[in-house]
Amino acid sequence: MSIKVITPGLSTSVQDLGRPGYYHLGIPLSGGMDRYALRVSNLLVGNDEGAAVLEAAFMGPELLFNKDAIVAVTGAGMLPKVDGEAKSTWASFVIKAGQTLSFDFLTSGARAYIAVSGGIDVPIILGSRSTYTLGALGGFEGRGLAAQDELPINECDISKHTEKSIDESLRNLPQKPGELRFIPGIYWHRITEKSQATFINDTWKVAPEADRIGYRFKGGEALDFVDREQAFGAGSDPSNIVDSCYPYGSIQVPSGSEPIVLHRDAVSGGGYFMVGVVISADMDLIGQLQPNKPSTFVPVTMEEALIARRERKEKLSKVRDFLS
Amino acid sequence: MKTRYSFGGDEHIFVEVDKEMSLEAFFKSLAMTNQIKEKNIDGIIEVCPANASFQIKYDPDKIHPNDMMDTLVGIENDVDHIENVLETRIIEIPVYYNDPWTHETLMRFRERHQDPDGTDLEYGARINNFDSVDDFINAHQETPWIVTMVGFVAGLPFMYQLVDREHQIEVPKYLRPRTDTPKHTVGHGGCFSCIYSVRGAGGYQMFGVTPMPIFDPNQKVNHLKDFMLFFKPGDIVKYRSVDRDEYDQILLDVEEGTFEPLTKPVTFVLDDFNNDMEGYNKVIKEALYVN
Repeated sequence: MSIKVITPGLSTSVQDLGRPGYYHLGIPLSGGMDRYALRVSNLLVGNDEGAAVLEAAFMGPELLFNKDAIVAVTGAGMLPKVDGEAKSTWASFVIKAGQTLSFDFLTSGARAYIAVSGGIDVPIILGSRSTYTLGALGGFEGRGLAAQDELPINECDISKHTEKSIDESLRNLPQKPGELRFIPGIYWHRITEKSQATFINDTWKVAPEADRIGYRFKGGEALDFVDREQAFGAGSDPSNIVDSCYPYGSIQVPSGSEPIVLHRDAVSGGGYFMVGVVISADMDLIGQLQPNKPSTFVPVTMEEALIARRERKEKLSKVRDFLS
Repeated sequence: MKTRYSFGGDEHIFVEVDKEMSLEAFFKSLAMTNQIKEKNIDGIIEVCPANASFQIKYDPDKIHPNDMMDTLVGIENDVDHIENVLETRIIEIPVYYNDPWTHETLMRFRERHQDPDGTDLEYGARINNFDSVDDFINAHQETPWIVTMVGFVAGLPFMYQLVDREHQIEVPKYLRPRTDTPKHTVGHGGCFSCIYSVRGAGGYQMFGVTPMPIFDPNQKVNHLKDFMLFFKPGDIVKYRSVDRDEYDQILLDVEEGTFEPLTKPVTFVLDDFNNDMEGYNKVIKEALYVN
């Protein structure tokens, strides 16, 4: 079966859990920015957690189905409609051959995950179906969706499926304001104690430049650097380092002015210093932050990060138990 | 040279072998990352070597971050006595310097440059004390370069010039990054040369373009059929200046599937290089052109 794209939305791409293993050659992880929502969308329609789904940022697509299917939409508050009839998010529903799936305007979060029973069947490239747009790699022809695209869907028996939904406590959306916990480190010592304090105490806002590569934040005080003679090969700006790897989730601050948190389509390395890395438990939340959303960077210890990580895993097991 | 370890969140460890760039730092980073890979340590997901540093991605559910850290520190002690010998390959990369496409792009972003009245090549030649752009290009293509990192975007090589520090070409990056760089631009920032594998943003000075593809996600190009990315750390590169006619011919050959990069195996011994850089570079180049 296949789905025909009537309108693609603002930025919609095929994503699964990602393409680890090639970062050392500059190929980013890719995959859904909110992997929790992605996994839950798949579980709701009876897919493997890592099946390929659509990630729609800020605005939903309009999709025509040529066969009956089960669909679930999770993540952002973007109400799905079947031939105009409203359905719920974080729940599965049936769509019949010839019907059209469309969406209401975004009310919360930023990215919706649209899972279809069987999963989207684009070719597996380097172990994943995820789209890496900058490298024109994976997904549907290496790019985001466009009108008239025909998305292949794996065949799947839906006769035994019952409609499911998950409890509100198991849904995941950013707090107000967004709190991003991070472990200070890497080149944290390059900024003055005063700047370390303002970085943590200031409220930052998500800048319009917020995409799958990284989220930029603005509005906080510019950072001052501890004096040093620039190291050979590092470049002339005090925020420059000898080009190194950038961890997924790392917070770089070019020229000390606007922090950027690198995300799933991260550039894998470069010459800007980093003040630390956002903990793994909070990476999914970043993908749900809208531009202008007030956010703070909260320093935590490794033990706190590991506890948060465990809590995330437990939440996911609850969903698995609930839906099995 | 002092190694510094830092946690990068709960899933990474960042290891800075040295603050400044040197071949010694690169070789140590490469030796450590090779050791780590050989040991097949449970919980390690990926090892990413960089110029003078590297990064480990691991699963903290499988190995506690503190144990991961201790393991890495232990490996540093193991590699301290390793001889810096690299079995690698040398590749000739044709470059059309001062080409119309990077020229058009650099003119479009002139207000972001240190020298709005000149070109990137003129600026590079002047601040590196060359008498002319031709002399500068000659210095750029005459000596070999070693790939010390692959990344930023898919398959982009960072290259370090194999000459003494005094003679290395050094230029600052653009004052503000460009939003556009032609695909296959040969760029330069700090002491590093690079080849942009895809079109996109960039801050390096632009000197020319190569007609040789280095990344092909569709794996149609002849020399990228087995693997879509060409470069790996340790590769040695020798640029060769080509004119427009030869550039066009190579493009055509790539299109028709008849182009093969000129590549030869070579052994690089760091001590031998340090003892006589000029003499050793002759030997390396002979490996490419004579044998």
